[in-house]
Formats: sequence, structure tokens, C-alpha cells
Amino acid sequence: MNELAEPAPPPSLWEIFLEFLLIGAISFGGGIVAYQKILLTEKRRWLNDDEFMACLAISQTMPGLNAVNIAVLTGDRLRGVLGAILAALGLLIPGVTFVLVMGILYLQNTDHHLANLLLAGVAAAATGLLSAITYRLGHRQFNHFKSLLIVLASFYLMSIMSLSLPMVLLIMVPISLLLFRPKA
Amino acid sequence: MVSVLIHLVLTFGLLSLLAVGGGTAVLAEMQEVLHQQFQIPPDRFLEVYSVGQLAPGPNMTMVVIFGFQLAGMVGALLVGLAFFLPSSVLCFWIGRFWNYIGETPWRRAVQNALEPISIGLMCSGVYAVGKSALDGPLTIALAMTAFTGVLFTRVNPVYVILGLGSLGAAIKYWQPGLL
Repeated sequence: MNELAEPAPPPSLWEIFLEFLLIGAISFGGGIVAYQKILLTEKRRWLNDDEFMACLAISQTMPGLNAVNIAVLTGDRLRGVLGAILAALGLLIPGVTFVLVMGILYLQNTDHHLANLLLAGVAAAATGLLSAITYRLGHRQFNHFKSLLIVLASFYLMSIMSLSLPMVLLIMVPISLLLFRPKA
Repeated sequence: MVSVLIHLVLTFGLLSLLAVGGGTAVLAEMQEVLHQQFQIPPDRFLEVYSVGQLAPGPNMTMVVIFGFQLAGMVGALLVGLAFFLPSSVLCFWIGRFWNYIGETPWRRAVQNALEPISIGLMCSGVYAVGKSALDGPLTIALAMTAFTGVLFTRVNPVYVILGLGSLGAAIKYWQPGLL
């Protein structure tokens, strides 16, 4: 909060779009939020650390991808509705273009034995990656009885009982809110 | 055709609002719904998911491929909007609302309550993907190597995935009977 420097003038819509487009194009392998933090608080100083952390907290609480939510929130903070739309579009356009091109090539090419083998290998490796990410995000939860119970119950209802996701949330959210309610 | 589009928009719009803690939380549900209601088999789901892993930016942009496959470019556009717009609009308004009321103990409580649920759902995502991806010793070995590599080194995950994916493809191609 104690920024000595003059607050920078708000960036143009074009600048916002371009900076998020750049992140969307170069952030391979996840960790997009880290790229966003560097852009917003270091490279361009559009937000200070506190403002960024506040956006991150809301992004994590709300449904949707954290990186997209951060783009929406910071775009809005900088330039209102249009800023939010352009930041989110910039972030998503490179990836969407990539998957569409790859998807079309893949669906049109009938003889793709090698591509299938590659994707099968990628899927196997991605399972390991996803487990690692889940473990990294979740290992603190595994040490607390209350949290671990919620983790296991959610997994059980979803994967073993095969309930639909709305049903799982309808059951688990009230229970979890009750367990984690603020202490009066 | 129009009914397919409406069905797609409703399906992905709902998934958007249910994605607590991010896209991985809805992977299991997405695979199930696409299989049951749109006749996309789990192994096709897995291929599209793998394409997403190689894409820049958020991996979940891969959802537009399902839209494209079921209803062409219009389908891709609508699925993209349906999956990214509802949660974004909600976050936008909550973000503005938050500036008025500031930080309350309840925001932290909601985040704390949703976190373990989303971890549980991520485990379901791993389970759903793993059930079709891990079909033998080779794929299990690849997954375990990726897990260790990502957890204990600072290599960019995309290299881990591309490297192990190519290695797996090479082994299967030249030594199909090996593992």
C-alpha cells in the first residue's frame, strides 16, 4: 500500500489485451497465475501485491479457472468491463487457436497411428502431472482430519458412488461450510 | 442441430458454474456427461484432454474441440463461450461487490470450505483420466516418472509431458510387444 512512486496512468485497452495475449501464448505447462503476478505487479506495476492477492483470493473462491478469473478481475480494475473482456480474451485466444488447429488436423486425418501413440503417452504422463499438482495443492489438506474427511467424501461420492457433480456439491458444500464456518 | 447446440451450451454452462477450484474439478463430470449424453467415448475424451495439455495458456481451452467435433465452428464458439462466460460474469460481479463490503470472515470460510471439496474432485479427475490412460506397465511407468519429475524437479511440466509422451510413443512404435 505504501507505494512511493506515482500511480501509473491506467493502461490502454490495447495494452491490456496484448499483455494477456502474450501470457496466453507463452505460458506452457500451467502456472499461469505466476506469469500474471509477474506481469501485473512487476513488469507493468498495474497492481500492488495486496491488490493482486485480493484478486487471487476472490478467483480461488469463485468457480471457473483461476487464471481466467484473475484476468477478469484485474481487467475490470484497470479499465472496467471492456478491460475484463479483453484480458480474458487475450488469455484464451492463443490456446483456443492451438487446440482448434490441432483438433481439426486430428479429426480430419484418418491415418494417425503415430499421433494416437503420442497422445496415449501424453495422457499417461498428464495423469502423473495431474496427480503431482493435486498432491502439491492438497497435501496440507491431507494432514487435517476435518479437511481430509471432506476430500475423501467428495472423491467417494463422485468417483465411487458415481453421483453427478451438482449432487456432490449439493451434499458437500453445506457440510463443509458448517465445518469451516467462522468462529463467532 | 439446434437442439445439439442448446444441449451443448447448457451442459458446458453448468460445468462452468460448477468448476469450484478450477477446471480439473469438473473433468470427471465432463467425461461422464460427454459419454452418456453426447456419445463421446472416454478414450476420445482422453485424446482431446491430451491435446489440451500441449496447448499454451489454460489447458481447459480443449473443451472447444468437443464443440467442434459435435457441431463445427459454431459448436466450438458456443462451447467456448458457455464454458468461460458464466463463471467469468459471476466472478466479475462478485469482484465488484467485494470492493464495497471488503474482506469478511465468511470469504475466508467459503474458500476454506471449498478447498478440500475441490481437492477431492481433482482426485476424481485424476481417477477418471487415469482409469483410461493407464492401461499397462508402460503407461503406469510414464505416469510415475511424470509425477516424480514434476514434484521433485523444477523442469517445466510441458517438457516432462512432451518428453515422456514421445518416449512412450517411440517404445510402442518400435517395440509394440515390449510392455
